[in-house]
Amino acid sequence: MTDASANTPATPRVKTSLLELGERTKKRNAAEARFKLYGMMAVGTGVAALLLLLISILSQGLPAFTQTFIKVNITLDESVLDPSGNRDPDEISKVLTFSYDPIINDSLKGLALELSAQHSEVTADVLQDMISAEAKGRLRADVIANPDLIGQTIEYEFLANGRIDGYMKGRVTRETAELDGNVTPLQLDVADAMIVEEKLEKRFNWAFITAPDASELRPEAAGLGVALMGSAYMMAIVFCLALPIGVAASIYLEEFAPKNWITDIIEVNISNLAAVPSIVFGILGLAIFINYMGLPNSAPIVGGLVLTLMTLPTIIISTRASLKAVPPSIRDAALGVGASKMQAIFHHVLPLAAPGILTGTIIGLAQALGETAPLLLIGMVAFVNNYPESIFDPATALPVQVYNFTQRSDPAFVERASGAIIVLLVFLFCMNMIAIILRRRFERRW
Amino acid sequence: MNDMRIVERDVETREIKIRGDKVQVFYGDNHAIKDVDIEIQDKTVTAFIGPSGCGKSTFLRCLNRMNDTIEGCRVEGEITLDEEDIYNKQVDPVQLRAKVGMVFQKPNPFPKSIYDNVAYGPRIHGLASNKADLDVIVEKSLRRGAIWDEVKDRLDAPGTGLSGGQQQRLCIARAVATEPEVLLMDEPCSALDPIATAQVEELIDELRTNYSVVIVTHSMQQAARVSQKTAFFHLGNLVEYNETGEIFTNPKDPRTESYITGRIG
Amino acid sequence: MLLTSFFVLLIALCAVGYMLGRNKAAAAAGGNLSSLHSLLSYHGWNVALSTFMAGAGVLILWAFLGTFFDGASPLIGVILGTIAALAAFTVTFGQITQSFRARNFVEGLIKALLILASSIAILTTVAIVLSMVFETGRFFSQYPWQDFFFGANWAPNFRGNSDLGMLPLLWGTLYVSFIALLVAVPIGLFAAVYLSEYASSKVRSFAKPMIEVLAGIPTIVYGLFALITVGPMLRDYFAQPLGIGESSSSVMTAGIVMGVMLIPFVSSLSDDIINAVPQAMRDGSLGLGATPSETIRQVVLPAALPGVVGAILLAASRAIGETMIVVMGAGAAARLSLNPFEAMTTVTVKIVSQLTGDTDFSSPETLVAFALGITLFVLTLGLNVLALYIVRKYREQYE
Repeated sequence: MTDASANTPATPRVKTSLLELGERTKKRNAAEARFKLYGMMAVGTGVAALLLLLISILSQGLPAFTQTFIKVNITLDESVLDPSGNRDPDEISKVLTFSYDPIINDSLKGLALELSAQHSEVTADVLQDMISAEAKGRLRADVIANPDLIGQTIEYEFLANGRIDGYMKGRVTRETAELDGNVTPLQLDVADAMIVEEKLEKRFNWAFITAPDASELRPEAAGLGVALMGSAYMMAIVFCLALPIGVAASIYLEEFAPKNWITDIIEVNISNLAAVPSIVFGILGLAIFINYMGLPNSAPIVGGLVLTLMTLPTIIISTRASLKAVPPSIRDAALGVGASKMQAIFHHVLPLAAPGILTGTIIGLAQALGETAPLLLIGMVAFVNNYPESIFDPATALPVQVYNFTQRSDPAFVERASGAIIVLLVFLFCMNMIAIILRRRFERRW
Repeated sequence: MNDMRIVERDVETREIKIRGDKVQVFYGDNHAIKDVDIEIQDKTVTAFIGPSGCGKSTFLRCLNRMNDTIEGCRVEGEITLDEEDIYNKQVDPVQLRAKVGMVFQKPNPFPKSIYDNVAYGPRIHGLASNKADLDVIVEKSLRRGAIWDEVKDRLDAPGTGLSGGQQQRLCIARAVATEPEVLLMDEPCSALDPIATAQVEELIDELRTNYSVVIVTHSMQQAARVSQKTAFFHLGNLVEYNETGEIFTNPKDPRTESYITGRIG
Repeated sequence: MLLTSFFVLLIALCAVGYMLGRNKAAAAAGGNLSSLHSLLSYHGWNVALSTFMAGAGVLILWAFLGTFFDGASPLIGVILGTIAALAAFTVTFGQITQSFRARNFVEGLIKALLILASSIAILTTVAIVLSMVFETGRFFSQYPWQDFFFGANWAPNFRGNSDLGMLPLLWGTLYVSFIALLVAVPIGLFAAVYLSEYASSKVRSFAKPMIEVLAGIPTIVYGLFALITVGPMLRDYFAQPLGIGESSSSVMTAGIVMGVMLIPFVSSLSDDIINAVPQAMRDGSLGLGATPSETIRQVVLPAALPGVVGAILLAASRAIGETMIVVMGAGAAARLSLNPFEAMTTVTVKIVSQLTGDTDFSSPETLVAFALGITLFVLTLGLNVLALYIVRKYREQYE
């Protein structure tokens, strides 16, 4: 060895004890502790952000699931509602909402009388402003649905106005009422009186989930029915299109595709599509599906197609991973007994990969469910308050409905938006749970 | 066979550097090392041999507490370095590892220049006060690693660009640069070709003048060539520990004999 | 209605084809089924699939042609489709003999379908480009491209004479993204390092899913979070007391919330990358007496650097293309300002605002959205390609 000269005895060592920490070691350990602390802080920040987000959404949104109602006794006057007296639904529906005004006014007068013991200034007009503008319409719908009520005096519950509802939920106070054109402190006093008389009640509100959207001035009546249906239609379309196409594409790319430049291009394409901003897919939908192919604006079919294209890369990537996880020995075994390659894949590989494929699909669907930006561009922001009857009818989607709510000025819509988010998150949570359970249950170690 | 060398450079009594006393190692529920008692001498090459999975590498990693980095690993009993318990709560593994350097099975140079690879240890331990000192340390270490002549013109080249044997000698130089008292080597030649192996073995022999060297090897010939003392491990037990010559010519335990003659392993 | 009846007819034809095909094959086998080359069902499927693909294929082709030529009425398409389906039916049914290789034909058809499915990825990309290129061309014929790319004023005016300079939008986009990365990169990276190198398995099993949940939350939720919580909080506790801003929607609001959204993205990518650094490298450093943090900072991170850079580029591309958070958190005013507590706007916000509501696809105010879209697409595509290239190169290094 040429370097032997270097092996003269080393410089005499300074004997140090292991049991004493050197100055430098202390410093280095302090740096170590700091570094570790930064790491903990980073993790803590992430977790704290999640909690803050959830708490803020929950605290704002949970009140949306309850609603305030005002109880009145109402006499459904036959001479007004069914002049011919034969209870024919067609005749009854000819009576306009407008005609219900005097009936409602009469019932409110009765209520004012009952309340006068509690509060002297109560009049029917004060009460009139406390019920929702939606109340008339709902009363009419109930009468048409059940004509036998006509002529009777029934106990009925009017939806309370958004401000009164806000007062019940602590959002409206006497100070804000002073400044608010839509509610007066007097009405809040009346509301207190009604609580004493058990005429005002806050309870769970199914209508929030089932009712269609309502106009800007009636936050108390706005619901998610149309949005939920729209989202359901779109998820069905995405599932029916993206799953078969995604699986077919994955099978080809993973099992059949020759290694050449075309395959390379497809692969690069897929990984890039997965990272294309979602809004670009919205532009695609607007330009191709609506302007070029002439599909209807705001329709779930267009949304479904756009979301399908967006979800495909996710599904392809996860399907290919699950196909890859099936060991080649399975294919060899099938080929060895004389199956064709196609048979080996469809009879053996695909069933084994199915749980993984389904998991990936559910996660893709969850992504699609929460997607908003592309849907804005294909017209799903439009105000729709008729339930869609097919995938070609206008509808909205759950996340777009949230956006819609936030664009309105009445603060009551913030509560609605947060409530809608809770519904969305519940759906996402369930989908992810299913995915996790599927993965746990069918996970296979080869 | 140059086994005959062993006999020539026998044995003056040397001071004990490392002492293991009833050492037990557990990985979770797996009892990997059972009741090992051993005394390792200074300025000696000690070889650990035994079939794969016998615990020789595990025990080696206990000597500088590299096992601390493995989750679920527990060490019982006592291991002392210069009569100080290295598993004492006050001992900082960082300081321990500065004294007990380690060379691994596969050469693992950092993705840095050759110079920075060697300077890494001195830098973190603050052994050099200025660039000139550091240069001196790097050169001295590379010379001890018997690789200076090959790399002195390209100290800025990446260490990963060297050949396997050069990489391993670089790693030895890197370990030597922190001025350790003990060098642990975990099958340092298993990834090398015969020529590189011969160079590294020669280097190990030279390192003996300054350090206590402990080498794990799966090759009995290598143990015979480079070591003065040999320990034979089997199923987590230290079966036999003796002068290398004794072990190979006159094993006391039938298991040792079976292994040496190739019947187990 | 016409289409529905066509497809009902087609499917009925396929069902009939399947049954007849099976029966004819069975008859051809003459009682000895194993003398057939293919299983009975393959003979049936061959007729059914061929019929369906011929019918549907011709109809789709016709619909496609119809967009180029006038007078392509759907009725003619349906008639042609039916003829094609019947022809395919007759031919394939006639082919059935004892030795007919039905399985090979069916598998060929299926393979063709598989190839068609994989080509959808390419078609999508082509459609994306086409959908924007033409309209962008129309935009630039009405509005000079220099003014678009280098104009510093954004003031659309639906009566015409708009200023449509992109720079304020680009500035807003980059500013928001920069703040988002400033939040996400250190937190995500440190979280990844902590979880992969320090945390006990107990902490990891709790904290890792928590952080990953952040990745599963839709952006609209972050948008609402920015709108109702973070925005007002920043305004009330920072901007107004310090006198540097009055608006709850600001670059800071959108940036911070987007940063939170990107934390799991950065941390899971970094986690993969850090784990790809071989354990031997860590052992080498620890064996020399380095502390874990010295090992991470001086050995692991430098080794992982290219991968981490790739991850950051991917995160940047996400941030640039993100829409809902900025729509709800950043504001709508196009402004070239340095004050992060002021409301600014981004490319994506303006795409949304120009393309929603009443749109007139001949005015530059609407068409500008397509030019913005293509700019966004090119920008993010460039970042993605670069990032994927870097990450792939990095992976190869350790394989």
